[in-house]
Amino acid sequence: MSLSDIAKAMKAIKFGLLSPEDIRKMSVVNIITADTYDEDGVPIEAGLMDRRLGTIEPGQKCQTCGNRVGQCPGHFGHIEMARPVIHPGFAKTVYLMLRATCWNCGKLLLAKEEYEKYTLMMERYKRRWPQLRFKLADRITKKANKTSECPYCGQEQYKIKFEKPTTYYEEHKEGNVKLAANEIRSRLERLTDQDAALMGLDPLLARPEWMVLTVLPVPPSAARPSITLESGVRSEDDLTHKLVDIIRINERLKENIDAGAPQLIIEDLWELLQYHITTYFDNETSGIPPARHRSGRPLRTIAQRLKGKEGRFRSNLSGKRVDFSARTVISPDPIISINEVGIPFDIAKLLTIPERINKYNLEQMKILIQNGPDDHPGANYIIRPDGRRIDLRFPKDRKTIADSVEVGYEVERHLKNGDVVLFNRQPSLHRMSIMAHRVRVLPYKTFRLNLCVCPPYNADFDGDEMNLHVPQSEEARAEALVLMLVQEQILSPRYGGPIMGGIQDYISGGYMLTRKETQVTREEASQLLTSSGFDGDLPEPAITEPEELWTGKQLASLFFPKDFNYTLKSNICLKCPTCKKEECEHDAYVVIKNGQLISGVIDKKAIGAGQPESILHRLIKDYGTDMGRFYIDKAFKLFLSFIDTRGLTIGLDDEELPQQAKDKVSVVVGEAEDKTAKLISIYNQGLLERLPGRTLEETLETKIMQELEEAREKAGEIAGSNLKDGNTALLMARTGARGSLMNLAHMVACVGQQSVRGERVIRGYQGRTLPHFKQGDLGARAHGFVYSSYKDKLNPIEFFFHAMGGREGLVDTAVRTSQSGYMQRRLINALQDVRVEYDGTVRGTDGSILQFKYGDDGVDPAKSDHGKAVNIDKIIERVISAGGK
Amino acid sequence: MVKFEILKHELVPQFEILKKEEIEALRHTYGIKKEDLPWIRRSDPVCKEIGAKPGDVLKITRKSPVAEQSVGYRYCVPG
Repeated sequence: MSLSDIAKAMKAIKFGLLSPEDIRKMSVVNIITADTYDEDGVPIEAGLMDRRLGTIEPGQKCQTCGNRVGQCPGHFGHIEMARPVIHPGFAKTVYLMLRATCWNCGKLLLAKEEYEKYTLMMERYKRRWPQLRFKLADRITKKANKTSECPYCGQEQYKIKFEKPTTYYEEHKEGNVKLAANEIRSRLERLTDQDAALMGLDPLLARPEWMVLTVLPVPPSAARPSITLESGVRSEDDLTHKLVDIIRINERLKENIDAGAPQLIIEDLWELLQYHITTYFDNETSGIPPARHRSGRPLRTIAQRLKGKEGRFRSNLSGKRVDFSARTVISPDPIISINEVGIPFDIAKLLTIPERINKYNLEQMKILIQNGPDDHPGANYIIRPDGRRIDLRFPKDRKTIADSVEVGYEVERHLKNGDVVLFNRQPSLHRMSIMAHRVRVLPYKTFRLNLCVCPPYNADFDGDEMNLHVPQSEEARAEALVLMLVQEQILSPRYGGPIMGGIQDYISGGYMLTRKETQVTREEASQLLTSSGFDGDLPEPAITEPEELWTGKQLASLFFPKDFNYTLKSNICLKCPTCKKEECEHDAYVVIKNGQLISGVIDKKAIGAGQPESILHRLIKDYGTDMGRFYIDKAFKLFLSFIDTRGLTIGLDDEELPQQAKDKVSVVVGEAEDKTAKLISIYNQGLLERLPGRTLEETLETKIMQELEEAREKAGEIAGSNLKDGNTALLMARTGARGSLMNLAHMVACVGQQSVRGERVIRGYQGRTLPHFKQGDLGARAHGFVYSSYKDKLNPIEFFFHAMGGREGLVDTAVRTSQSGYMQRRLINALQDVRVEYDGTVRGTDGSILQFKYGDDGVDPAKSDHGKAVNIDKIIERVISAGGK
Repeated sequence: MVKFEILKHELVPQFEILKKEEIEALRHTYGIKKEDLPWIRRSDPVCKEIGAKPGDVLKITRKSPVAEQSVGYRYCVPG
């Protein structure tokens, strides 16, 4: 669209109030009847559904503008209020202005010189710091409120009390006097434009007295459509209901005033009218009961229509529904690339990409057209150069159509392998929640994704669904491909490191393949490498006699670049006080020299998801994202194939401890129990020494907790060191594939202390947790220490305590997700327009500077080494190792 | 009571009122108006201490955990 196409360019938006004249001017009808339709279903003249408010029935011409349904924008009506009513939205502003002005002469309560000073100041502010003028206005209003005697007419000023939502009192010596809305309005009328300007209003756009309504606009009928049920019963919109109430009371008030009814009755009706007006604007106003429907449901009035998640803003204006999208259940596919997404045929046939026919693709497109909408590589529509669409669903003979297309036609063809699509899983918390994938059309009904992209999406396969969007333009596809492709997102800006990588079986597989004892025959090696897509030559076998054998490390090395050098400590590293480096007896010191894995095992620290300074991280940083994708696609498949050949399983006997180890555990736990008992007796004798900042009881609790915690740790250590060598649970815990040593200890040794709110279990009965214990028993067993292990069985009391602790965990996660979700929403709303400019500054939309250098150092965390711009240690290491050459 | 010297406190960075030419140079480097800088109120304790007036631009030099030293600017406004 060029500039000349724009009918009117917008320069600024100003918000103001509607004056009564404005309302009458835009109104097409003065509404005086509370009814909508008569018995025949014809709208009543001057009623709420008056024809002049706009057409709602198709085929009808609007009585005001002559347009039909789609064209007629709807027209406002108005209601003349019998008595003025406070607009609840401005009640607070009205209060502030009443307080700051004289009730008698209507002047702003500031002495002359002060008034002039502030006038000058306001002028200056408007010129130099226009954003600050409201702050100054607040200050002026507050200052004026402090004056107790009018400097102009000398009248004593009464204090004004504001009672939410819309009542004001004047505090006289004799008692409080209620201020009626018409009195308030006449006071506001007396304010001069200059005074109003000093209080922060623009009197041309918003005179203070306009905050008290004398005329109420009635929204067009299109804004509050009535619906006809099948039974023929008309049901009116909530707003219409509310307007009916307002008119009814307004008419009654008018009649009573005309008839000269007693003041009391008039005031009652007036108040009722105020109530209806207040709820018409906001039916959740605090301090008054919400207006209800006959069924008891609260009415959805103006504020409710706009507010909140289901309101106009979040639901209809920010929320967009789109075409060319799909959603289904996801399932894993370790074979496809991380860049790919598996798409069911059914979906591929529904989603299309417009492709313009040229002389190069003409023949191909003809085939697609012939295939039609039901056979997979087909097409759904043809768009002729004149814009006419040909639906390929109906014509019997697609062959003739295919022959008739020419260069310049456009074909909406099915999704096919290699197309670029966007893939998303909610909640979209970071940029890796929407990534571009290449299409891989597959049978069955689920989206398929590589397991290594689960961490960025936070996806699993217990029923998760994901969304897919098809970019329709060449630009969109190019942008998605360059910026959003999965491989470009491996390095996360959350921390300098890869967010994608090995999980679970990949890690156990990597470990099992690369540990010292792994050796494979020629047949096995060929099998493994073929299945992982390796197309080079087998290296020289490490062992030739008596038969050819390759080590796992040799196979794992095949996917490294030939000049790759790196060292790291693996996850199984025990963190000995002095590291023996290459001589490590656990093979935990990983050394890669010239692309050969010399020592060490590959586990979580080397290939794990979210591990900075891992082999994977280094590969991507030094060789680019293509290398990263290659490594994850190919080498990771090797780990999987290997674990497939060997198998990894866990059973009950993996949780079995030898008898002597069991004895050791019970000794440790017994010792802890003794120590607890000792602590309690010291406490009972009153000899316990108080820890700083704690009471005696708290001291005892902390000490007992420490003691029991230590006992569980020791039990865990015993468990860890006494399990058999081939224990798979231990393997998984050590390599970081799944579970921790603590989980293991829970299973085999001792579950340990259960806690509620960070303390031992103390709730329950008076002085005891359960009736099984003596009152005041402070022992471990009585406060939720579980001696048993999961395998041994928990006794009913232990089970109960365990359930208490477990429940708290569940409640916590539920509460935390909602809280952090809201926090995230607010953070995003606050930061959405902020961006880093090319000069390294961080600026808002208006060019204002927020940071002079992004993050003080201008470093992109995604391209950093774990947050640092350079990793000096690694550079030195590399220089030294390269120095040999 | 002895007045507390806030400028000498460890956590208070170094403040300096810029000269007119310096402001011009600053405006030029960033291509901005003075108002586009972050604001500091005249009632800020530091402003009172060094006597900054509305319209002044302050240069702040502070220690930064990531960049050792970082420089920022503030535009003094009334209030």
